Amino acid sequence: MIDIAATLKIALRALWVNKMRSTLTMLGIIIGVSAVILMLAVGTGVSRKVSSQISSIGSNLLIVMPGSTTQGGVRMGGGTQSTLTKDDADAILRECSAVSAVAPIHPGTAQVVYGNQNWSTGIQGTTPGILEVKDCGLTAGRNISEQDVRSATKVCLLGQTVVDNLFGGMDPIGQVIRIRKIPFTVIGVLEPKGQSLSGQDQDDIVIIPLSTAQKKLFGRTIPGVVRIIMVKAGSSEDLAVAQRQVTDLLRQRHRIGPNKEEDFTVMNLTQVLDMAQQTAKTFALLLGAIASVSLLVGGIGIMNIMLVSVTERTREIGIRMAVGAKTWDIRIQFIIEALTLSMIGGLIGILIGSGGSFLLSAVFEIPSVVSFFSVLLSFSFSVLVGIFFGFYPAYKASLLNPIDALRFE
Amino acid sequence: MSLIETRHLTKIYDVGEEGVHALKDISVSIEKGEFVAIMGPSGSGKSTFMNIIGCLDQPTSGEYFLDGRQIRGLTRDELAAIRNRRIGFVFQGFNLLARTSALENVQLPLLYSHVPPRERKEKSLAALEMMGLEGREYHHPNQLSGGQQQRVAIARALVNNAPILMADEPTGNLDTKTSQEIMELLVGLNRNAGTTIILVTHEPDIAAFSRRIIRFLDGQVISDEEVKKS
Repeated sequence: MIDIAATLKIALRALWVNKMRSTLTMLGIIIGVSAVILMLAVGTGVSRKVSSQISSIGSNLLIVMPGSTTQGGVRMGGGTQSTLTKDDADAILRECSAVSAVAPIHPGTAQVVYGNQNWSTGIQGTTPGILEVKDCGLTAGRNISEQDVRSATKVCLLGQTVVDNLFGGMDPIGQVIRIRKIPFTVIGVLEPKGQSLSGQDQDDIVIIPLSTAQKKLFGRTIPGVVRIIMVKAGSSEDLAVAQRQVTDLLRQRHRIGPNKEEDFTVMNLTQVLDMAQQTAKTFALLLGAIASVSLLVGGIGIMNIMLVSVTERTREIGIRMAVGAKTWDIRIQFIIEALTLSMIGGLIGILIGSGGSFLLSAVFEIPSVVSFFSVLLSFSFSVLVGIFFGFYPAYKASLLNPIDALRFE
Repeated sequence: MSLIETRHLTKIYDVGEEGVHALKDISVSIEKGEFVAIMGPSGSGKSTFMNIIGCLDQPTSGEYFLDGRQIRGLTRDELAAIRNRRIGFVFQGFNLLARTSALENVQLPLLYSHVPPRERKEKSLAALEMMGLEGREYHHPNQLSGGQQQRVAIARALVNNAPILMADEPTGNLDTKTSQEIMELLVGLNRNAGTTIILVTHEPDIAAFSRRIIRFLDGQVISDEEVKKS
C-alpha cells in the first residue's frame, strides 16, 4: 500500500513552497466551482418559485372563458362575449366524469369598508367549489354554502391581505363589512397563497356567493351569466380527458355545429405553467454548462502548473527513484498534488458559491437555492478535473529515466 | 557466484551517427564484504559502470548478475525494488531533498518499502545517531554543513539495511579533513557491518582507503589489484 498520509504531506509541502502559484492555480477551480454552484442555485430557485406558484394557483386546472365578440368585423378578444352561465358550470360538474370541481366566477372590483378603514380589492362572486378548485383552505370560519348561493345571502370570505388592511390584528369572523354600502358578514378567512406568476397578490381578494354578486353587487349583467368557469380535473392524467369532455359538452349546450368556431375557450393552465418551469430548468442547465467551461479552464491551469512542477523537480524525482520509488509511487505523488489543488479549490468554490447564493436571495431577492446535488456535482467535477489533468504530468514524471533525472540541472 | 558479477558489459550512448562506447566488454566480479574503489579520469566509464551495477541504468549488451539474479530485462519497478532493498547510494552532490528535514530524507527508502510510520521514524533516528547526527534530525539540508549532509546521505543509504553501498565521488565536494572523516566512516561500516562498498573516485588518497582498486580508461578495465596496506 502506498502511504497516502505521507504522500499528502509531501504534496502539501510542495504546494506550500509555491504559495502564490498554488493560489493562482486554485483560482481557476474556485471561480469554476462557485460559478457552477451559483448558476445552479439561481436556476433551482427560479424553477422552485415557478412550481410553488403553480401549486398556489391550484393544480389540474382548466379555465373556460367566453369567446370573442365581433363588432363590425373587429374581433374584441377573449372573454368579451357573455356566453357562459352558471347552468353551464353545473352541467360540467354533473356530466363530465373527469371533472372533480367547478367554480363559475363573476368578478368585479369594489371599495371595501370596515369601521374607519377602507380598501379597494377584487371581488369574486362564485360557488362553494372555489376552495377545492383553488386548492385553498380556510384559516378561520366556514366556506360559503350552496344555501348561501341559492338565497343570495350577504356573506363573504376574505383574503389575508384584505384582513390585514381592514382589521389589523383583530379577529374578522362575524364582523360586518360594507361593499358598495351593502353590509356583508365575514364568515371565513382564506389561507395565504402569495404572489401569482404575473406578480399579482392572490390574497387581495373577497369571495361572495355568485348570486349575491350578480343580483346585488354588480347588477347590470344579463342574469345568470358568468365571466369564467374554473374547472378542476380529478387528477393530472384526467386533465386532457376533462378538457375534451368540457369542450364537447359546451359545444352541445351552445348548439355549435361541426366546423363552426366555438364561442368559448378552454385553457389548460397547468400546461402553460409546466412549460414555464421546463424553460426555467433548461435555463439553469445552460447556465451550469457555461459555468463548467470555466471549471475546465481551471483544470487546464492545473495541468500547466503540474507540468512546470514536474520539470522543476526532475532532480527530486530522480532522487526518489534512486532510493526505490516505483512508477505508481511517483504518479500517485503528483496526482495527489493536483487533486489537493483542485479539491481545496473546489471547497473554497463551494463556500464562495453558497455565500454568493445566500447574498443573492438575501440582498437582491433573486430566488436561489444551493442544492446538495449541485454541491456534489461541482465537487466531484473538480475532483475529476484534478485526476484527469493531473494524470498526464504524473505519467510524464513516472517515465523519467532515473539516471537522467538525477543528472538534471 | 559473486555478489556482483558482470559479463561482457557494454554501454553505447546514442550521440551522433557513431554512438559513444562508454563501456567496452567489462567483466568484473565483486564479492560480498569487499571495499572496492573504481578509479579513472573523467570520461573513462567509471560512473557509467557504477550506474549499471547500481541498477540505475541498463547496459546495451552483456549480462549483469546481482546476488546471482540476472538484472537485464527486469522492469522499472523490479529495478526500483532492488535499489530500494539492496543498494544504498551516496552521491557527490549529496542529492538530499531540499526543504525537507534530515529525518524525512533518511525515511525516504522506508517510505517506498512501505514500512509503517512509527518504525520508519525509529529506524531513521537510529541511522542518524549512528552517523553522529543527534540533534540535527529536524535540520534542513541548507542548515547543515557539507560533511553533515553527506552523513545524512549515508544514513539514508543504510537505513533499509542495504548490503551494498555505492558512493560516486562522495568526498568531491568536501574539504580534506571532512573527507577523511567520511572515508573513515565508510571503512568502519565495511569492517564492522560487513557492508560491501563500491567507491568511485579519481583521487588516489581517497582510493587508498579501499582494499581493491579497479582502474578504468576509455571504457575498459586497465588494472584490477589489491591495495597493499602498509
